[in-house]
Amino acid sequence: MRHKHGVDGMRRILVGIKRVIDFNVRVRVRPDGSGVVTEGVKMSANPFDSIALEEALRLRERGEADEVVAVSIGPNESQQQLRDALAMGADRAILVKSDAGLEPPAVARVLLELARRESPRLVLLGKQAIDDDCNQTGQMLAALWDRPQATFASKIEIKGDVARVTREVDAGLETIEVDLPAVCTTDLRLNEPRYIKLPDIMKAKKKPLDVVELSSLGVDAAPLVKVVKFEPPPQRQKGVIVKDAAELVAALKQKGLV
Amino acid sequence: MNRVLIVAEHADGKLNAAVAKCVACATTIPDAEIRVAVLAADGTDVAAAAAGIQGVSRVLLVKNPANEPALAAVLAPQVAKLSDGAAFVLGPSTTFGKDLMPRVAALVGAPQLSDVMAVESATRFRRPVYAANAIATVEVPAGRQVVATVRVASYQAAPGGGPAPIETVAVDVELPATTRFVSVSAARSDRPDLQTARRVISGGRALGSAENFKVIQSLADRLGAAIGASRAAVDAGYAPNELQVGQTGKIIAPELYFAIGISGAIQHLTGIKDARTIVAVNKDAEAPIFEVADYGLVGDLFTLVPEIEKLL
Ligand SMILES: Cc1cc2nc3c(=O)[nH]c(=O)nc-3n(C[C@H](O)[C@H](O)[C@H](O)COP(=O)(O)OP(=O)(O)OC[C@H]3O[C@@H](n4cnc5c(N)ncnc54)[C@H](O)[C@@H]3O)c2cc1C
Ligand SMILES: Nc1ncnc2c1ncn2[C@@H]1O[C@H](COP(=O)(O)O)[C@@H](O)[C@H]1O
Repeated sequence: MRHKHGVDGMRRILVGIKRVIDFNVRVRVRPDGSGVVTEGVKMSANPFDSIALEEALRLRERGEADEVVAVSIGPNESQQQLRDALAMGADRAILVKSDAGLEPPAVARVLLELARRESPRLVLLGKQAIDDDCNQTGQMLAALWDRPQATFASKIEIKGDVARVTREVDAGLETIEVDLPAVCTTDLRLNEPRYIKLPDIMKAKKKPLDVVELSSLGVDAAPLVKVVKFEPPPQRQKGVIVKDAAELVAALKQKGLV
Repeated sequence: MNRVLIVAEHADGKLNAAVAKCVACATTIPDAEIRVAVLAADGTDVAAAAAGIQGVSRVLLVKNPANEPALAAVLAPQVAKLSDGAAFVLGPSTTFGKDLMPRVAALVGAPQLSDVMAVESATRFRRPVYAANAIATVEVPAGRQVVATVRVASYQAAPGGGPAPIETVAVDVELPATTRFVSVSAARSDRPDLQTARRVISGGRALGSAENFKVIQSLADRLGAAIGASRAAVDAGYAPNELQVGQTGKIIAPELYFAIGISGAIQHLTGIKDARTIVAVNKDAEAPIFEVADYGLVGDLFTLVPEIEKLL
């Protein structure tokens, strides 16, 4: 039986927080093509995940949730991003420790296992991790969990056991309704995450952060896709600076572009 | 033989242009036998259009009123069933494909490759990562079913002219009722579609207001171009979300791209890497957009853009 309000009656939201290279860093491929340079590089929560967390906090503030749980699967250092999540306002955090980076199907299986344990009414993830740019995990979790998905959300309203979600799609904005529990992934316009205040950082130190070993979950996390190599993208040639509109239009006309 | 099943995106009885690009990608898979699945309420016209794409060997038409408007949770179990025997299941890297394909992958237990930009062999593919700051060559186990989305900006549409047979098939799976379509608000415009347009004029934060975006519209009208926008312009409400170009918006490959009042953040550049010619208008000579622009014009856009328009 599915528990409507969590195993313990709590209306819970699970939020995925992936530790990634900060979006402001100009990522560089290692000369040997084995990966990208991470030494001395700033790491942050995936921007879409901060948006997911902000939304979960707002839903809690609106009385639509009792507890917000931040979850990260990654190396021990991911505790930093979880501490930030706690400082932002999450009630507790779970780190599933794995030094090897997991592929979306494996992350989805880990999240499925946690969803079974925590019985959330909503799992909020980012639409895409800005490192692997996969845009897969939420949809995969929804399929494995056999629950609805509402991807690329720019607005989420919960009424009873139904979420009405506006989605950013190629054509414009689409609105769908999904029965809870459901998986929702965030787009950029959903909200603007709050800033962390200093006293909150202190408070966050007292909040629970459970660390569990990936191996203890009994989840198949074997990789399926092998990365053979990374290469830098082809560089565009730097062009010319034209002196005025006339020179620009002349050049474009000469090339047959206008 | 590598059977490839492509999921057709369509709306209002029209096949999305991205499908012919998926076919182009599929034809580069060695020994491909390409089928297109059309899941629709009626789908007759869409199926006919898909059957006309060269390289397609068969169109599978699944008629069900529940298939329109398309909902990933409803389509995925049907696609999973249809993918039986297919080595590859492809969809476009549009919001339709991005929503649907991972759900299919999870149902069939396959890995997904997102945004495939090149096929090197039946097991090796290339895809961009880190906002296309790196290109990864990835390998999947031989003989394992693979789901992928095709980075449509990397492919030219496969030509028409090859009539393939259309087979209406029944797919016997239970469809969930836990997801319901409510509405879609799509801006109807006579302008070319951003994703397929040959010319695109994009405006950034510098435009300052929705009202000022008329400067962009006017130039676009003049050139018969589509309109695009940076994230900052969309966030500020100067342009609707569907016009965002970039890592997390639309990836486009027009012949001519104008970046007007756009700084050239890496996330924006990801979306225009395949543009043939980039023109930048920016008052800051140091703006990163000039690093990639074929033609740069330094100055105030509110003076320069009307001047350009007049000279055309
Ligand atoms: C997770 C994530 C995803 C993102 N995805 C995207 C994406 O998909 N697409 C995207 O575009 N961005 C994306 N961004 C945002 C990106 O980082 C930049 O913030 C954004 O692209 C900046 O938009 P802009 O160039 O319009 O604004 P700004 O960076 O503010 O640039 C404005 C430019 O206009 C110039 N200017 C000002 N006034 C004038 C004038 N009168 N005449 C001429 N020039 C003038 C200025 O010199 C400046 O260069 C993303 C960010 C994150 C964190
Ligand atoms: N290792 C991870 N830990 C926590 N959340 C993750 C992890 N990987 C992916 N996610 C979540 O899934 C979303 C989409 O990731 P992806 O499918 O990899 O693009 C991210 O924005 C996160 O919310």
